[in-house]
Amino acid sequence: MRKNNIVEIRWHGRGGQGAKTACLLLADVAFQSGKYVQGFPEYGPERMGAPITAYNRISEERCNIHSNIYGPDYVVVVDETLLSSVDVTSGLKEDGAVIINSEKEPGELRHLLGGYNGKIYTVDARKISEETLGRNFPNTPMLAAMVRVSNIIESEKFLEDMEKSFHHKFAGKPQVIEGNMKALRKSMEEVNAG
Amino acid sequence: MSIRERLSGNEAVAFAMKQINPDVMGAFPITPSTEIPQYFASYVANGEVDTEYVPVESEHSSMSVCIGAQAAGARSVTATSSCGLALMFEMLYVAASSRLPITLALVNRALSGPININNDHSDSMGARDSGWIQIYAETNQEVYDNFIQAMPIGENPEVRLPVMVCQDGFITSHAVENIELLEDEKVKKFVGEYNPENYLLKKENPLAVGPYDISPYYMEHKKQQAEAMKKAKKVILKVSDEFEKISGRKYGLFEEYYMEDADLALVIIGSSAGTAKAAVDNLRKQGKKVGLVKIRVFRPFPMEELAQALKNTKAVAVMDKAESFSSCGGPLFAETRSSLYDVENRPKVINYVYGLGGRDITVSHFEFIYDQLNEIAFTGNTGQIYRHIGQREKDGDTNEL
Repeated sequence: MRKNNIVEIRWHGRGGQGAKTACLLLADVAFQSGKYVQGFPEYGPERMGAPITAYNRISEERCNIHSNIYGPDYVVVVDETLLSSVDVTSGLKEDGAVIINSEKEPGELRHLLGGYNGKIYTVDARKISEETLGRNFPNTPMLAAMVRVSNIIESEKFLEDMEKSFHHKFAGKPQVIEGNMKALRKSMEEVNAG
Repeated sequence: MSIRERLSGNEAVAFAMKQINPDVMGAFPITPSTEIPQYFASYVANGEVDTEYVPVESEHSSMSVCIGAQAAGARSVTATSSCGLALMFEMLYVAASSRLPITLALVNRALSGPININNDHSDSMGARDSGWIQIYAETNQEVYDNFIQAMPIGENPEVRLPVMVCQDGFITSHAVENIELLEDEKVKKFVGEYNPENYLLKKENPLAVGPYDISPYYMEHKKQQAEAMKKAKKVILKVSDEFEKISGRKYGLFEEYYMEDADLALVIIGSSAGTAKAAVDNLRKQGKKVGLVKIRVFRPFPMEELAQALKNTKAVAVMDKAESFSSCGGPLFAETRSSLYDVENRPKVINYVYGLGGRDITVSHFEFIYDQLNEIAFTGNTGQIYRHIGQREKDGDTNEL
């Protein structure tokens, strides 16, 4: 990452899918690797299933800006069904990327992205989550795919920090740590550039 | 050595409260301040503090708990937002006029209606004449630092006034950012013990608190309160100096950003000052002489100091995150323009109301405002003085940038 360069990330998900948690986890691991971070969801009268947005800014020096993000470097879409109702690539930089939770090939989704010409990645976060965690928690695999694509944090360092953070977070149920780590690794391997 | 951490603004305030370990907390939840009593409740439950945690049935009661406790000689804190502050309104005046240095963590939120949970300053601006000291923060770091300074300011015998420590709802209260924390011992030593001269439970000197005040005495008491607020300015600066010694972070009544040679300036409060700084950075790179003043202390208002800071500018935009319905500008505008009255070659001043109910304001909005100021400075024509930015208009026109 270049010095003074702020990387801006926008998350789109639905209430209950953990997009906010993924956003805060990304802030956490970026902080662990020595960066300045912002992690903030857009708040409103939320309910399960309604579209939500969350944001990250990651930089080498403190970022003063306290507005939402309109020209992100990366967009993460935790729920593919949002593509028909939310303009997820709005303002997305052409040299950035959108990462979508989908079993489809990236090329199959381009027509849903309103003329966006940049890179598209897909990862089947639902399948990965069901295989490794036994349930659909798409946020952990999406976080890993995001880190893999953006390279904001070096992959091995990311996995190390996540493991530490899981040990802390799941101190009461250590049996889920292995599944979560598998989900991260699998997602990093399977993310699809089309 | 300070501690490198990442916390939301609410976590930062709750953590400061834990380090201070106050005697009493009056607790009642309201978005977006709810996390403060929530986190603090876990500190109480875990035995990390020995605070008397008093959950009550309304904010009128949470402030009443603080008043009772502080009058009895105990240090008390509470947190609230928006309608919660409105429900405390009567008690805010009782706290201030009884000279009880309570500390209130205010997480600024729009005050109804229509009902809205997002940020603006309409709640605290509505309470600006209640007699409380008001200190505002741009970041999680500042709200943490301000909270630690609140008690040494309010409890100073020259002052003895309650302090409202304000931060922007969600924008800082719920955003996780880097922060430098101080060690517990340093905070405890800095804040010290609360040793009021007189208090209800002091048996050597029985007294009444809050009795009826008849006309032959009332005005003297109000004058004393006004004098205390004037003295608070000096105490705030003294406490800031001492805080700098333990933290390395410098605070004043306001922060000046590129003001030394600025022709065009903004006056602003809170988190959006950071966004405005990014606009200043961009414009400075283009050689434009722009700067801003971020008000930290709104009560007492730094009138003479602000006049000094702005006296060499040509045009100033005052940013109000509250509509006061005066029909001629917001509360910060009124204070700022009044401050400039005695300046010989005073600048042209306009007012922008912005950010109501969580309406976002961006770097481009601020660049647009500096552009407007540039035109005013060039033509000498102020044009419309009282303006709004960021809203849609009924003809479908929008000034969103």
